[in-house]
Amino acid sequence: MLSNIALYGAIETGLIYGLVAFGIYLSFRVLDFPDLTVDGSFPLGAAVAAVLIIEGWNPWLATGCAVIAGMAAGAVTALLNVKLKILNLLASILTMIALYSVNLRIMGRPNVALLTEETVLTPWYDLDLAYHQVPVLLFVIVVFIALILLWRFMKSETGLAMRATGANARMARAQGIATGAMIVLGVAVSNGLVGLAGALFAQSQGAADVTMGVGVIVIGLASLIGGEAVVTPSSVLRALIACVVGAIIYRLAIAFALNADFLGLQAQDLNLITAVLVTLAIVLPGVRSSIAGKLSRSKA
Amino acid sequence: MISATDLRLTFGKGTPLENPALKGMSLTVNQGEFVTVIGSNGAGKSTFLNALAGEVLVDSGQIIVDNLDVTKLPTHKRAGRVARVFQDPLAGTCEGLTIEENLALAIKRGQRRGLTSAVKRQYMEKFKDSLSSLNLGLEKRLGDKMGLLSGGQRQAVSLLMASLTPSSILLLDEHTAALDPKTAAFVLELTTKIIEEQKLTALMVTHSMKQALEVGSRTVMLHQGQVVFDIEGKDREGLEVKDLLGLFEKQRGLEVDDDSLLLG
Ligand SMILES: Nc1ncnc2c1ncn2[C@@H]1O[C@H](COP(=O)(O)OP(=O)(O)OP(=O)(O)O)[C@@H](O)[C@H]1O
Ligand SMILES: [Mg+2]
Repeated sequence: MLSNIALYGAIETGLIYGLVAFGIYLSFRVLDFPDLTVDGSFPLGAAVAAVLIIEGWNPWLATGCAVIAGMAAGAVTALLNVKLKILNLLASILTMIALYSVNLRIMGRPNVALLTEETVLTPWYDLDLAYHQVPVLLFVIVVFIALILLWRFMKSETGLAMRATGANARMARAQGIATGAMIVLGVAVSNGLVGLAGALFAQSQGAADVTMGVGVIVIGLASLIGGEAVVTPSSVLRALIACVVGAIIYRLAIAFALNADFLGLQAQDLNLITAVLVTLAIVLPGVRSSIAGKLSRSKA
Repeated sequence: MISATDLRLTFGKGTPLENPALKGMSLTVNQGEFVTVIGSNGAGKSTFLNALAGEVLVDSGQIIVDNLDVTKLPTHKRAGRVARVFQDPLAGTCEGLTIEENLALAIKRGQRRGLTSAVKRQYMEKFKDSLSSLNLGLEKRLGDKMGLLSGGQRQAVSLLMASLTPSSILLLDEHTAALDPKTAAFVLELTTKIIEEQKLTALMVTHSMKQALEVGSRTVMLHQGQVVFDIEGKDREGLEVKDLLGLFEKQRGLEVDDDSLLLG
């Protein structure tokens, strides 16, 4: 069985990846925009928050800047696509690659430790809670607020216009919707969420690292697809809940797998396992999520 | 009033596939006119409608919609003035959104969209009223996903959406062509009813010459990117399909003559 600490740790990371899954839901699902920028915007958020915190900024302000940095990265990807007509997937790869250099520049070295710094978590440790429960509590609150805000946004006039843009761009234009602007806004918000996730991850793990983004996209997709299999995403609210549920289930499953000694798995096998899981989810009959449909070759 | 003057558009300019689709297309449609548009495949009917809507930008010429020069405006900036229904019943609506969400998108056509709730309670009466005029029972299914409706039902809703807010012109491109005959007749009847009731200015492309003469107040025929004839009023009354064919043949014959002149 999992220890209490491992269990809470899995939920904590799951909640952070829930934010990533929100972002991926927005780009892949709502806008039909396969966006790999997240592999760069996750460490970008971490780097911005870490460097500002070390500079002595208020950690929430630093986290806010991480969100803005993520949004800027997303906007760049979207503009490459909308204005320069570069294929969306390629545009996101270009930004992702560029961000690797940008992140190194921001940090000035491959990683920045935050262990002794004041983070968004610090005041919460004064609560009468076990050490490993504190991040879970804070992140539950953050994810809940993000979920409510996103849900309200999707139901708003602008949010509905964004959904129409992804579902039927020609119809959206005919209704007077500036589809290009919607794509820029949506991909920016998506990467802002991922930047937020990166910033929180760095603060809970005590470090930002330039390589911490590797595979974030695949883990986010695994969370999304997994969540959709468990919670049928028949409405926006359910789809958002599916993101969080999927991300937590994913981290728990990974924790169990790593904990099961007879499997002989190690932490470095994670990305391989995730890639295999996502592949299975996409090709296996019965897993009929629309993401899977979109990512399988038959449709492409 | 809309007026298109000397529109020219060539697809694939400078490539071996160069294809002039509009070759000096001019047409003026007055307020309240219902014009039916006919022409053979590839005549440029859809291209003309797309040019009016902004989906394609013309190489030269001018398009004026109610005193505004829209020639260079993208689709979404014209949408407040130009409403349209597509041929494909799936194209005019979003299947993943509910009926009320689709209508809520349409009620804001061409207007600013903010952060207030999209589906507002004050719309409901209007939505229900217009849906019940279809007699399809859709007023009780506002929360259903659009994808659950049949092609004919979706096309009927597309038509409602296009007429939910005022426009300078309504563009209909063979919007009954993908439907079975009975449904097509229903949607056509609905079309004429809405256009009459709301006194809309409309341009309807159809492949049926019979239909082109039966509905509307004026008929134009396009051929090779130009208007080849334009009839209304007394000239149009009592005209039959064979008369139209005659006109068309005559026009084609003239062209052959032209070509032989050129070649000779
Ligand atoms: N996007 C495009 N790219 C290249 N050529 C095009 C494009 N759209 C239309 N064309 C060409 O322009 C010409 C006019 O086409 P258009 O679709 O306007 O004809 P139409 O009158 O609507 O025909 P139909 O009755 O078959 O619908 C055709 O030769 C067509 O092949
Ligand atoms: Mg056509």
